[in-house]
Amino acid sequence: MSGAPAPEFKNPVVRWIDVRLPVFTYIHNEYTGFPVPKNLNYFWSFGGMAMIALIGMIVSGIILAMQYTPHVDYAFESVERIMRDVNYGWLIRYIHMNGASMFFIVVYIHIFRGMYFGSYKQPREIIWILGVIIFLLMMGTAFMGYVLPWGQMSFWGATVITNLFSAIPVVGDFIVTLLWGGFSVDNPTLNRFFALHYLLPFVILGLVILHIIAMHIAGSNNPDGIDPKGPQDTVMFHPYMTAKDLTAIVVFVLAWAFFVFYAPNYMGHPDNYIPANPLSTPAHIVPEWYFLPFYAILRAFTEDSFLYIPISWLMDAKLAGVLAMFASIALLAVLPWLDTSKVRSCRYRPVYKWLVIVFTIDVLFLGYLGGKPAEGWYVTASYWATFWYFLHLLVLTPVVGWFERPKPLPASISKPVLDAAE
Amino acid sequence: MRKFIVSLAAVAAMAFGAASSANAAGGVHSPQEKWSWTGFFGSFDKASAQRGFQVYQEVCSACHGLDLVAYRNLDALGYNEAEIKAIAAEATVIDGPNDEGEMFERPAKPSDRFVSPFENENAARAANDGAYPPDFSLLVKARATGHGNIPYNFTQWMAGRGTASGADYVYALLTGYDDTQPVAEGKYWNAYFPGHAISMAPPLSEDAVEYADGTPATLEQMSRDISTFLAWASEPELEQRKSMGLMVILFLVVLLGLSIAAKRRRWANVKK
Ligand code: HEC
Ligand code: HEM
Repeated sequence: MSGAPAPEFKNPVVRWIDVRLPVFTYIHNEYTGFPVPKNLNYFWSFGGMAMIALIGMIVSGIILAMQYTPHVDYAFESVERIMRDVNYGWLIRYIHMNGASMFFIVVYIHIFRGMYFGSYKQPREIIWILGVIIFLLMMGTAFMGYVLPWGQMSFWGATVITNLFSAIPVVGDFIVTLLWGGFSVDNPTLNRFFALHYLLPFVILGLVILHIIAMHIAGSNNPDGIDPKGPQDTVMFHPYMTAKDLTAIVVFVLAWAFFVFYAPNYMGHPDNYIPANPLSTPAHIVPEWYFLPFYAILRAFTEDSFLYIPISWLMDAKLAGVLAMFASIALLAVLPWLDTSKVRSCRYRPVYKWLVIVFTIDVLFLGYLGGKPAEGWYVTASYWATFWYFLHLLVLTPVVGWFERPKPLPASISKPVLDAAE
Repeated sequence: MRKFIVSLAAVAAMAFGAASSANAAGGVHSPQEKWSWTGFFGSFDKASAQRGFQVYQEVCSACHGLDLVAYRNLDALGYNEAEIKAIAAEATVIDGPNDEGEMFERPAKPSDRFVSPFENENAARAANDGAYPPDFSLLVKARATGHGNIPYNFTQWMAGRGTASGADYVYALLTGYDDTQPVAEGKYWNAYFPGHAISMAPPLSEDAVEYADGTPATLEQMSRDISTFLAWASEPELEQRKSMGLMVILFLVVLLGLSIAAKRRRWANVKK
């Protein structure tokens, strides 16, 4: 945005097009002429990695869709035909299957980056909110994608999760029937999930574009959380960040390739290699790993949970769990207003820094608990971990913002803290 | 760079989290066997897989199907075209309708899938006192365990054992019967079956088959061989996957080196 002079294109074809449709000027201004703080670390490469993941998912998904049959009698077998009979079908399928996990890993780290360095704060609130919506849609997409191969976990995961909506008063049953297209998870469910699974990634793509447009207005945040004061504080996105992001993306693709070629089923559940059987319930129904923290929050609202007892006069435990699960994500969207501190980066926030780290550990711990059966100490632990999740967002974040004494901010990105005396 | 390592650690931590999710039907841990197809260069022991196929044909195929595998796929185990034709022709499939509109029986062709012993699940149950002998096509993948114990699971997979724990289980199950243990009528005690009471009578006993290649058919030998065969049936792409993976990883490592060098040069003139 900030005005690099309009470029002079040497290539006459480029110039001819650019006069009529200024795409090249646009690309130039947004990338070659887009200044970013020069102190960005590799945490700032996770957005680029997520973009690669999204593109990889769309490309591999479209190829899968050419061979896949969304029918309860054929879905499982059509996926196995892809694995066995389609040339390199196993490769495409494993790219897609592990790509979902890789996508969530980078997006989780991307979100953590935003929380730690305060990227959600003024003037980047809309970028952040768009991100939370993208995250929600990703969860919806991945959930419906997981149903498509029609294995045991596909079927029972779909049954458990869609049933949650029945807890919503008045319209709940209507929503569930609408999701199912009938009275249980069955062929119509599979069909609509396939249609939506094909659609949502493109909605995500659209939102990602808005996310990036908004980011080009405010510019990138940086590890110090202070605004660049001039050209001495920045480098151009291209070629500097592109060179750096490329390195990060190669590492990311390496990790992805490792899973695809050497541990393709590590992040999946073995029961999904058993065809769906409505008459036989698996011993433990567990969602995909990336849902586990939220699954743990859902399950933390049982009849005798200390989280539920105070609100038990208001609603039943199931509804409380569902609301808590949605609230746990919705609250992220309002984080810019929950955080009362003016200082962005946790580098200069001695107390909140530790709270963000503890919060991260808490989420990982919730994920661990979500994968365990609801028994013994796991249950008690998930009450407390859920309690901490909401305490962090609703109480600690605003209160610490009021009382914390931030460390002195550096005068500018290129000046160290010590000669802050200007 | 330090930050980058921190983030990699975060990735690893999440991968650990994934391990905890996949908590399979809590049976006893099967002991870890040595298999030829684990690791980064592993491939199937063809002789063992062929013997395993013989065990399947002569014993297990009376009850267990292999729905997703076609006879022609056997070429991956080293059978030639004529042998595969002969193997297929032993089975009968129902085809049609013919010009008169009737279904007819014919010998199976290499392009057919393995013919199942039973028409459907109900027929299988009826023949087995209500128990269902699961299809073998994906059994090793579907029984891959080692879950629940996170460090164990993580190291297993990172060492390239993949779903080999499923083959460990099949081997342990076949060698895990003990008729001195008390068990309900119509059930058999097995150390590795979840709940210990399985409805399948010990399918193998000393010399249950006579191996074409002269290998002594001990219980352990047959169990190893059939486990190898089933591992192949579950993941027929494994060898291609691993050798291709090697090329891809090598390529990416070179690309990484180049991109690090390019990035360093580009940033050399940027003052901290
Ligand atoms: C007479 C029929 C019969 C034969 C022959 C037979 N099985 Fe089975 N098998 C069964 C039945 C029935 C079950 C289901 C047992 C249960 O669920 O309790 C079963 C289950 C299994 C299981 C799955 C256990 C689990 O974890 O669910 C394996 C593995 C297995 N058989 C392997 C073999 C092998 C290998 C052979 C050949 C050497 C074989 N079976 C031969 C009837 C048979
Ligand atoms: C946001 C991006 C996407 C995510 C997170 C995602 C996620 C998933 C997941 C988790 C599965 C189940 C994997 C398995 O066990 O097989 C799946 C399957 C599938 N997806 Fe996607 N997907 C995305 C984009 C797409 C797109 C764009 C298409 C096609 C247009 C597509 C088509 C399919 C098909 C056909 C399957 C079933 C085949 C299979 O199970 O391997 N996906 N997806």
